[in-house]
Amino acid sequence: MATFHLNINGSEKTVDVDPSTPLLWVLREELKLTGTKYGCGISACGACTVHVAGIATRSCVVPVELIGDRPIVTIEAIGKDPVGRAVQNAWIEKDVVQCGYCQSGQIMSAVALLKDTKKPTDKNIEESMGGNLCRCATYVRIREAIKRASQQLG
Amino acid sequence: MHSRLLARYIFVVLIILTIWISFSISQAAKPTREKQAGGLAAWEKVYSVLISPRCLNCHTATNYPQQGDDRHHHFANVVRGPGDAGVPGLHCQSCHQERNADSTGVPGGPSWHLAPLSMQWQDTNDRPLSSAAVCSSVTDRSKNENMSGPELLKHHERADLVLWAWNPGRRPDGSLRSLPPISHQEFVTATRTWVEAGTPCPKGR
Amino acid sequence: MQPALKRENDLTLNRRSFLQVTTAAAGGLLVSLYLPRITSAQQPPAPKVYPPDAFIHIATDGKINITVNRLEFGQGVQTSLPMVLADELDADWSQVTAELAPAADVYKDPLFGMQMVGGSGSIAHSFQQYRELGAKTRAMLVAAAADRWQVAAKECRTENSVVYGPNNRSARYAELANDAARKSVPDKVALKSASEFRLIGKPVKRLDSPAKCDGSQKFGLDLDLPGMKIAVVAHPPVFGAKVKTVDDRDARALAGVRDVFEIPLEKGTGVAVVADRFWTAKRARDLLKIDWDLTGVERPDTAELRAKYKQLATTTGNVAATRGDEKALDSIPQTNRIVAEYEFPYLAHAPMEPLNATVNFQGDKAEAWVPSQFQTMDQMIIAQALGLKPDQVTFHTEFAGGGFGRRATTDSHVPKEAALIAKRFRDTPIKLIWTREDDVRGGYYRPMHAHRIEIGIGPDGLPSAWRHVIVGQSLLAGTPFAMMIKNGVDETAVEGTADTSYNIPNFHVSVHHPTVNVPVLWWRSVGHTHNAFVMETLIDELATRARIDPIAYRRKLLKTDAKKLHSVLDLLDQKSAWRKNLAAGRAVGISCHESFETAVACAVEVSIENKRPKIHRATVALNCGLAVNPLSVESQFQGGLGFGVLQLMAQGAITLKDGRVEQRNFDGYTPAYIIDAPMMVDVHIVPSTEPPTGCGEPPVPVISPAVVNALSMLTGKRYRTLPLVNV
Repeated sequence: MATFHLNINGSEKTVDVDPSTPLLWVLREELKLTGTKYGCGISACGACTVHVAGIATRSCVVPVELIGDRPIVTIEAIGKDPVGRAVQNAWIEKDVVQCGYCQSGQIMSAVALLKDTKKPTDKNIEESMGGNLCRCATYVRIREAIKRASQQLG
Repeated sequence: MHSRLLARYIFVVLIILTIWISFSISQAAKPTREKQAGGLAAWEKVYSVLISPRCLNCHTATNYPQQGDDRHHHFANVVRGPGDAGVPGLHCQSCHQERNADSTGVPGGPSWHLAPLSMQWQDTNDRPLSSAAVCSSVTDRSKNENMSGPELLKHHERADLVLWAWNPGRRPDGSLRSLPPISHQEFVTATRTWVEAGTPCPKGR
Repeated sequence: MQPALKRENDLTLNRRSFLQVTTAAAGGLLVSLYLPRITSAQQPPAPKVYPPDAFIHIATDGKINITVNRLEFGQGVQTSLPMVLADELDADWSQVTAELAPAADVYKDPLFGMQMVGGSGSIAHSFQQYRELGAKTRAMLVAAAADRWQVAAKECRTENSVVYGPNNRSARYAELANDAARKSVPDKVALKSASEFRLIGKPVKRLDSPAKCDGSQKFGLDLDLPGMKIAVVAHPPVFGAKVKTVDDRDARALAGVRDVFEIPLEKGTGVAVVADRFWTAKRARDLLKIDWDLTGVERPDTAELRAKYKQLATTTGNVAATRGDEKALDSIPQTNRIVAEYEFPYLAHAPMEPLNATVNFQGDKAEAWVPSQFQTMDQMIIAQALGLKPDQVTFHTEFAGGGFGRRATTDSHVPKEAALIAKRFRDTPIKLIWTREDDVRGGYYRPMHAHRIEIGIGPDGLPSAWRHVIVGQSLLAGTPFAMMIKNGVDETAVEGTADTSYNIPNFHVSVHHPTVNVPVLWWRSVGHTHNAFVMETLIDELATRARIDPIAYRRKLLKTDAKKLHSVLDLLDQKSAWRKNLAAGRAVGISCHESFETAVACAVEVSIENKRPKIHRATVALNCGLAVNPLSVESQFQGGLGFGVLQLMAQGAITLKDGRVEQRNFDGYTPAYIIDAPMMVDVHIVPSTEPPTGCGEPPVPVISPAVVNALSMLTGKRYRTLPLVNV
């Protein structure tokens, strides 16, 4: 066990965990932030995506000891960001979700894309969202919602 | 009588000296066939490392990396991206951190990214290029970030992602990833020999 | 998924089946299924009375909370059934919230007689029920207002949660609720006519959308309770193996590990690890050194099974359907025959939320939280495991991250594991988590199948004789539903073929059900997953051979009374004019299929990119009777197509070698990502006022044959083995 000071959603949180614990489980079990999901544990599905120092990061494979002081943003706080809010609104407008389990990760990846690329093409969307799995296959509406959010953001 | 003998003696010594000096000069001035052969043999050792999975998996000719000893297409549709480090929603560093994450089986190193296409060591069908082709590529300063022989040696000795190949971490099942066929020290020694031989490349394509 | 119901032409749409659950004296469980065939001569049994107060709560602030008797696992029922009720109730939709019902008799599926989600039946079976609930409640509110104002009920009208009476009087539902609750529930009530619908038939956005977009929606896996512990189980590497020895010293040495012990499984035994945190439990499990006893355990092997199934398919099995002349094929010359062999692998469901169940054993009672598709069964089996009666187990239905049939098992093996572990503790909620590896390797797959078909083609290019042998494990054998197997035929293996709407005169279908040591289960659309693939690719091949357009061919071959299928072919024809004008390198594939009483026709535009099919566009025409929520129907069809693409993925197969499953996670068993799914899906619904039929499963069977039919146009090859490894 070791103590880690993490910068999460703008606040400092202190946790006592085994250093090998993936950030995902620190978020979910120590900090009760269950919006970030466990889908596979090997970074193949993206349900665990958060932002670490602005990079979309798959928290299920990053041990907490490798985070350091890099700021972390989770789905619970992404709505405070204008791009985050636009994406969430577009997701609701387009009625994207079905079971919803993958959608935190989808939204976090989409936000990362739109922060970098204001007007993503189909290819940009396929590449940036290409590693996010949705078993309900809401992909058609995910594409539409990303384009809608892009439109709303001007 | 004695002066004639002395003159002849001095003459012979001068001849020997001249021959010895010119021999030394020619030795130093250009590699002999042996040195060339030694350099080529050393290159083959270097080559064996460059086309081993730990290196080859990121020196691809395509828009994706490979993974595993069987060098299969990396899962989750990760792509090269414009800066060889993935794309905004799926960056290399979305998963690969500054160090290996043994508890989750993800390798890591400083600034994890794909080698640029100029440093591809396989073809678009994921087959390793020939020794001649890789050598030609590695010694081409327009492709290798303008590195000279000595700079290549330093790169092999010290670069983080090169060193990573000998400390590649554990797979998700806990087993250690396989290492290149020779040790890092042997790799450096072979590189040095090859560089000192003037970085010769095998003939052919 | 559904237990198979015989489809007789003289059955009315209101079939009833009754599931009688009785507990045998020895504390075991006997479940019997009674399927009366209702002919026009018989009276349908009296509908059960559903007390509105179990379904609707009107709060004083005007909020109306509706209880949904279903699991919400993506299909949108948590919105659409409340919509139905709210419409008849004349409720203000903006004030409606909805929650998932706990396990209780009153929440049982009116048709199946048990609380469950499956058979694409949520709306089909509860449409009438929820309408009546809404209408009755409205009637009671009106009665309360009429009382208050001393007027006749018929002088009142309702709108947006308000009762309006003569002389400009009005009262909000919230004000009337208490009085209304004291009124007796009317036996009969008038329902709205279609023209009066305000919500039904309209595109209504999901109620659960915002919570699912901001991380606040809780799923089963997210549950957090005081004192809760996490459990994981080490399952045997071969189904049915037992623990011989286990060295748990390293596991126990980890800080936070509470206990390590052996538990019995459905077959064989495993080792449970209980810890304070998931990561601790998982690490501890990884540190266990288990010696497994494999004596006497059959070790299934995909290569062996393939050979065995192929062989079996050359012999006649148990007859599932037969008409005409069995020998008709013999008189057709070889040149007019097609012989085709098909193969299908095991498929895992792999819902995004890994399997989980939480149980708290309190001695004389228990509480359980399960994202469950089979609440009645799960509650019963948890109770049995704990030595309790079902009504001593408070069973909460959690939101599920997908299911596709995986969360309905007749042995409730996941909740049972949780209960057995919880039993070792007292007043400690135990959350059992199956990792993704546990899930991929844990069995309960869509079975492997082989088909062998011999077709004799008539002079008109239509099939005149058809002999079809299907090989595959029975889903129902060995389960409480086993008595539904008749004459050795498990209908869930032959549905889509045996009951085909194609008018093939000399038609013979038989099936072999080998016993294999791999647990199997219904996978979204069940038997249709492979049967539709076979039928629709063969029909396509016949159409190509006859040089007849694939839609025209199907029209010719379908029975004239296959009304829904004809309607969708017509609509598809209309709406996919684009298919006549394609770019180079692209082809169109067509398929149509009816399942769960919904007909679907599909046209896909496909090219080959990087040696894989790229689906640029799909156009779907469907007939589900009345589309209660067309927005939801559209999403089910867009999603169902993408879900079905897994069957075509190069790594869309579970294989076994010497008893062990070869895949471990999504890196080896790979469903469709965004690049694999259709880029665009246009959904067209045949307008209808017929009773609503299902939408969850019907989209799945049509996508694989349609894509493969397009590929055949591009490559000239026929694809009869899935998954599609080489295009």
